[in-house]
Amino acid sequence: MSEKHINLTLYVWRQKNAQDEGGFVTYEAKHVSTEMSFLEMLDVVNEGLIRKGEEPIAMDHDCREGICGQCGVVINGRPHGPRERTTTCQLHMRSFEDGDTITIEPFRATAFPVIKDLIVDRGAFDRIIAAGGFISAPTGSAPDGNAIPVKKTCADLAMDAAACIGCGACVAACPNASAMLFVSAKISQLALLPQGQPERYSRVKDMVAQMDDEEFGTCTNHGECEAACPKAVSLENIARMNRDFIWSSLTYRPESGGSGGA
Amino acid sequence: MPVAEQYLDSAGKGGFMVSSVGKKVVMAITGVALFGFVTVHMLGNMQAYMGREPMNHYAEFLHTMIHGAGIWVFRAVMLVAVVLHGWAALSLTLDNWKARPKGYRAQQLQAATWSSRTMRYTGVILGCFIVYHLLHLTTGQAHPDFKPGDAYGNFVTGFQQIGASAFYIVAQLCLGLHMWHGVWSLTQTFGWAHPRYNKLRRTFASVITAVVVGGNISFPIAVLVGIIR
Ligand code: HEM
Ligand code: SF4
Ligand code: FES
Repeated sequence: MSEKHINLTLYVWRQKNAQDEGGFVTYEAKHVSTEMSFLEMLDVVNEGLIRKGEEPIAMDHDCREGICGQCGVVINGRPHGPRERTTTCQLHMRSFEDGDTITIEPFRATAFPVIKDLIVDRGAFDRIIAAGGFISAPTGSAPDGNAIPVKKTCADLAMDAAACIGCGACVAACPNASAMLFVSAKISQLALLPQGQPERYSRVKDMVAQMDDEEFGTCTNHGECEAACPKAVSLENIARMNRDFIWSSLTYRPESGGSGGA
Repeated sequence: MPVAEQYLDSAGKGGFMVSSVGKKVVMAITGVALFGFVTVHMLGNMQAYMGREPMNHYAEFLHTMIHGAGIWVFRAVMLVAVVLHGWAALSLTLDNWKARPKGYRAQQLQAATWSSRTMRYTGVILGCFIVYHLLHLTTGQAHPDFKPGDAYGNFVTGFQQIGASAFYIVAQLCLGLHMWHGVWSLTQTFGWAHPRYNKLRRTFASVITAVVVGGNISFPIAVLVGIIR
């Protein structure tokens, strides 16, 4: 595809800090190469702002190759913009037409407070992982890699869930700001593997409890998360999480009370 | 606060009924009871097409089964189901509104349906409808010419009023919207997802919704056009 140059009007959410009210500011982006990524386009706009002595637009990014999950803004009402299975950093300006207006907003959720402009605090995700999204294994005596057989289909499903980069687009897209796609992916990637079994049913309980504490909403099965996810994480993971949660509740027993009379 | 402490802080909380997933399960279990009921209710009412005798006989059976205790046990179960369903719906809806106090300038939804987005509203309409329906054809206060024991007669004179019939039809369309998403949604809540059955889940929701709503809507229409009189 040959390079073109397009002119755009941007409505960008500007907010000084968490306390500031914030609002949209209009910018003209002239002569934008269609070969730029969306973040490069914003870089160029920011260079212009810096040259004029204005505060550049703050946005999150790191790898710029679609694997770290740092980037992510809502572009024309869709997290990560109009292309399916594409992060904001991997979205290119050839997805837009000359003369387009583009609205750029931060992810909106009580659990993701805005820090500045387009940057939100996704620490809630870290706390959910810390609540149970791990396995406990003795270190220093790593077992042989192939000692534990894993069924191919389970390995594949676990890998599909593990593709989640923790970007938060699912929360941003959900009309209820529910984090269930993320949480269920992080539960599934362990629940599907033998190494995840010992903590399987305490993990789901703890992670769901932490998710609720962080004030995410609840899934009503709209399917918006799956449509927005840059890694195509499937709704099937949410079903698996629900199933494990039900089983965990039905079979719950307090940890210290394991006397059993024997 | 360090992450680990925050975790310990909240580790004590979280019983089934306060958990978001737990409330979804309450909604799904009571949803099964409700949609099971509307299905059987519709099939029972099909006897209106057989005439006064069979319908009134069926009504009498319902009132006298297990020496008259059956219907009260049944009513208690339905009451509990409706109250729990409404409670879970209200509680989750409030949480969801709190989770997204500020919306987007122009959100472009990709996957949500009309049916999924109107669940809480069709639910409230159904709640109002249930109250009206009980006052209309069960206790009679909202009926112009109620005769205790004559279910068939009350059914016919009730639907001869065009206003009542119109409200029934609107309520049934709401029921259709609510059931179509609800029946699919509850399979997801119970965790019944598998590529082999995913299409079947949608199909089942569509068929059961069409049958129940179609059957129910046929009653007022049949009375108004004089097929049942
Ligand atoms: C004949 C009456 C009703 C039937 C058959 C019914 C059925 C259902 C079913 C099967 C679900 C799905 C549960 C799940 O997602 O797992 C559901 C969800 C729901 N119902 Fe009802 N319901 C009825 C009445 C009501 C009433 C009276 C209300 C409101 C007070 C209500 C509000 C809701 C809400 C808000 C949801 C959640 C929406 C969602 O999961 O997307 N429903 N209902
Ligand atoms: S599930 Fe998808 S949208 Fe959600 S955090 Fe993971 S990668 Fe992002
Ligand atoms: S910057 Fe790493 S995924 Fe976009």
